[in-house]
Amino acid sequence: MGSNAVQRKMSRFTVVKPAVACLCLLACGAASAQMEITGSWAARNHEFLTGDGLPVDFTGVPLNEEGRIRALSYSESQLAMVERQCQGWPPFYFVQGPFGLRISSETDPLKGSVISYTIAAWEDRPAITIWMDGRPHPSQFAEHTRAGFTTGTWEGNTLVAYTTHIKAGNLRKTGAPSSDQATMTARFYRHGDIMTVLAIIEDPVYLAQPYLVSKSFQASATPMPATGPPCVSTFEGTTAVTAPHYQPEKNPFVDEMTVKYGVPRDAAIGRPETLFPEYRKKISAAP
Amino acid sequence: MKVFHAAAIVMLSSFAVLPRAAGQGRGGPANGGGTAKASAPVDLTGYWVSYVTEDWRFRMVTPRKGDYQSVPMTAEARKVADAWDPAADEAAANQCKAYGAAAIMRVPARFHITWQDDSTLRVESDSGMQTRLFHFSASSNSPQPAPSGERTWQGYSAAQWQRPSSLRVATTNLRAGYLRKNGVPYSENAAVTEYFDMAPLPGGGQVLMVTAIVDDPQYLAQPFTVSSQFLKETDGSKWDPTPCSAK
Repeated sequence: MGSNAVQRKMSRFTVVKPAVACLCLLACGAASAQMEITGSWAARNHEFLTGDGLPVDFTGVPLNEEGRIRALSYSESQLAMVERQCQGWPPFYFVQGPFGLRISSETDPLKGSVISYTIAAWEDRPAITIWMDGRPHPSQFAEHTRAGFTTGTWEGNTLVAYTTHIKAGNLRKTGAPSSDQATMTARFYRHGDIMTVLAIIEDPVYLAQPYLVSKSFQASATPMPATGPPCVSTFEGTTAVTAPHYQPEKNPFVDEMTVKYGVPRDAAIGRPETLFPEYRKKISAAP
Repeated sequence: MKVFHAAAIVMLSSFAVLPRAAGQGRGGPANGGGTAKASAPVDLTGYWVSYVTEDWRFRMVTPRKGDYQSVPMTAEARKVADAWDPAADEAAANQCKAYGAAAIMRVPARFHITWQDDSTLRVESDSGMQTRLFHFSASSNSPQPAPSGERTWQGYSAAQWQRPSSLRVATTNLRAGYLRKNGVPYSENAAVTEYFDMAPLPGGGQVLMVTAIVDDPQYLAQPFTVSSQFLKETDGSKWDPTPCSAK
């Protein structure tokens, strides 16, 4: 190659290079529409979300009839059974439990793009991986797990994560059930050092309408200390062949919310109409 | 030469696009480009109903005296709350203390959001019959006017669009009120910061989520942060104005 040819190539390169740089800037501009969500997030526990105080507290959960019967039949003694020990920690628990979040990301070493985000395991809840690389959800016949299978996309600066393949378990630790058909759409909104996650949970088996929960977290400069591994079933000496349960119509705790807090039974057992303001007016007007 | 032209075109178009991309990308304020109404990145107007899936027993029934779970109260706040007397509040015409700006979005209610004018968003509640006014500055270059005048239940709210799709509202100049109906207090120096975000509801419909952060060094040991959900309604047929109640 002669020196003129080299010079021409160099000249073309020096012209094209700024253009490429501009294209990169454009790409960066688009990328900056996303928010950084990795790091440690301390929970702002100013809402009573878990409902694990009294056995029959399904307030705010829009159960259908099947869900209500299943919920009222729940006995906490089921947790002594190996196959049910971990049912209280589905992926929903990350917006319902009292714990913070530790979120990390895995990046593609060549492209630099985010392959996945992982919400680390915490106190019995399994780690949740949010796949950002466009992979599809597995076949409906694939294994269902406690964490489920989650994919994510960015809508503007909101991360939207969609979870399927969740193992049947509890929607609330008090026994409101979730089936293996349940799905969760979680939206991560970051405003400065506050991140609020809105989870929209759907379950055609046990819910009459979507169940919405949200929870705020504050960016933490110090790492959030995870307090234990995900739930691992271990034999605790129980060999029951029948799951401990109550007859739904004879649950001995059905009126505890009424006695202790003045909550009407219809609300305690999660009737969907109790989630709207007119129900408040109805009970205010009651003698 | 062809390469040069192509590169030049790419560069020029890059510079033309970059400011907009950067302005939107960092979630910063963006009221430029016309009035607040014209430049609204989302349409918050319409009828919205509280969907009470959280804190049910603190919102749908009046909690009993002393039931303050999950509010980071100071010792002084606890003393004030322990002295809660709804009959005395009614007698003193203070029955709207639990309907102030720091608490109104937690009250189970319907909310009607409209544009009062090009730079004022109006939020009315049927429960408690309250009206909030969110004031946008006339342009991105003009500062928000400082709140002045008498303190009110709803105070003075300065609003700002946060690109690409959020509204930030900062409220001060409040009358002292209650965070919860059973007398959990906030002082007149409380400051409320709210973020309004929307989401689609699977199967149709829209959700509005309001994240509220109440800062009150007198009565709160740390900022009180709650988020509330609302579902969009097609019309105002269920609108049912009801006055404040202290009980």
